Amino acid sequence: MRVTLRVNPIACVGYGMCAELLPELVQLDQWGYPILTAKTVPRPLADHARRAAQACPTLALLIDEEKAGKHR
Amino acid sequence: MPAGGRSRVRPARLIDVVEASGLTGRGGAGFPSGRKMRSVAAGPGGKVVVANGAEGEPASLKDRLLLTRLPHLVLDGITLAAQAVGAREAYLCVHGTEYGLLDRLEAAVGQRLAAGLDPVPIEVVGLPARYVSSEQSSIVHYLNGGPGVPTFSPPRPHDRGVDGKPTLVHNVETLAHLALIARYGDGWFRSAGLPSAPGSMLVTVSGAVAWPGVYEIEMGTPVGQVVTLAGGPVEPLQALLVGGYFGGWLQVQTAWPVPMTHPGLKAVGGAMGAGIVVALPASCCPLAETARVVRYLAEETAGQCGPCMFGLPALADALGHLAYSGGRDGAIEQITVQIPVIEGRGACRHPDGATQLVRSMLRAFGEDARRHERRGACAGVVRPPVLPLPGDEERDWDFR
Repeated sequence: MRVTLRVNPIACVGYGMCAELLPELVQLDQWGYPILTAKTVPRPLADHARRAAQACPTLALLIDEEKAGKHR
Repeated sequence: MPAGGRSRVRPARLIDVVEASGLTGRGGAGFPSGRKMRSVAAGPGGKVVVANGAEGEPASLKDRLLLTRLPHLVLDGITLAAQAVGAREAYLCVHGTEYGLLDRLEAAVGQRLAAGLDPVPIEVVGLPARYVSSEQSSIVHYLNGGPGVPTFSPPRPHDRGVDGKPTLVHNVETLAHLALIARYGDGWFRSAGLPSAPGSMLVTVSGAVAWPGVYEIEMGTPVGQVVTLAGGPVEPLQALLVGGYFGGWLQVQTAWPVPMTHPGLKAVGGAMGAGIVVALPASCCPLAETARVVRYLAEETAGQCGPCMFGLPALADALGHLAYSGGRDGAIEQITVQIPVIEGRGACRHPDGATQLVRSMLRAFGEDARRHERRGACAGVVRPPVLPLPGDEERDWDFR
């Protein structure tokens, strides 16, 4: 299972929950919008990433879960 | 581009012929047209064809020229593309502020309707005259009843577009070439241009040249020859802007031998864009020109994505400082730090287009920038600007 992160920049209004809950992979720019420091989520962080996605008030943090070796 | 004559290719075979011709999109992205048509045709249910004639690039005039002089060639292309992909509706989009053009196109569509020429009805649509409104997801959004601003993708229009149907969005010049390919065949199309970049293209040449205007060139024609075609420089040149405001500044000697192809221009840090060449005279300040264009691009943001909405004005501020007030507060440093923060973080390519232009400015005029930072504005800033921007009366201020 490969877990990757995406941000929907239109939906994102910069609440910053993602950076709070997943600082390992998300930083904020000077205006408070997320910068993903890595797109692929390491296995130990997968649950944290899912939690961050669920916590986003505008549902702008997207998680793609791909079965290994399979493309969308 | 010849006019007149009718298609000799059966609709079912047209996609094969377009694929064999090697035609690529003439709106800027340069995607293979046949492949785009095939993916739309393969989609489920009814399809839609959209002709994009909303020429957002202020330095481009080719789509307007084509729609004014040869509207029926474009309309032929729309009809043929619609038949080939199995569409039962088609739209021709131009800027809603261009009343004269809208009237003329509606009259042309009416003539064809009266003559029973178009099996697929074509609707002429006026889009908001905003830079980002001619991006393909914006057009689809607008045709679906929304504002003319980009949407988050996927889904892309060829998967799910107008009314959720697979939608083929082609630039009007691409459709004109398609109509000619249907008449004269892929071999004829390939007889111009390079094997890797076949056919001809329309370019808009402006700035310090003798005869600014729209020219048809073979793909792969060297940039210098394009400038010469427009009568050559009328003043000593300091640089060329190739590709428009999402393109890049190139030193004259670098650009001169470069072929007008996507890979050719990309290799030297430029871009083909919509086929725009602007010759910048030596007496101009390239930093002031860039600052002014980036300010315009910042005003043209849809205001949807934070990095674009806040990043482009900040970038324009820093460029203005550098150009006009000698880069107080380390403007070059600020610009260099801001670019990667903005890039790749919008729903569309609008912010990336602006940063690409600024990157090319730093590459081509790095020495100039450092001189500005040390000694303040150069004499060139007082010259009237060369890069065109739309006047207030040509611009819309919302997206409806």
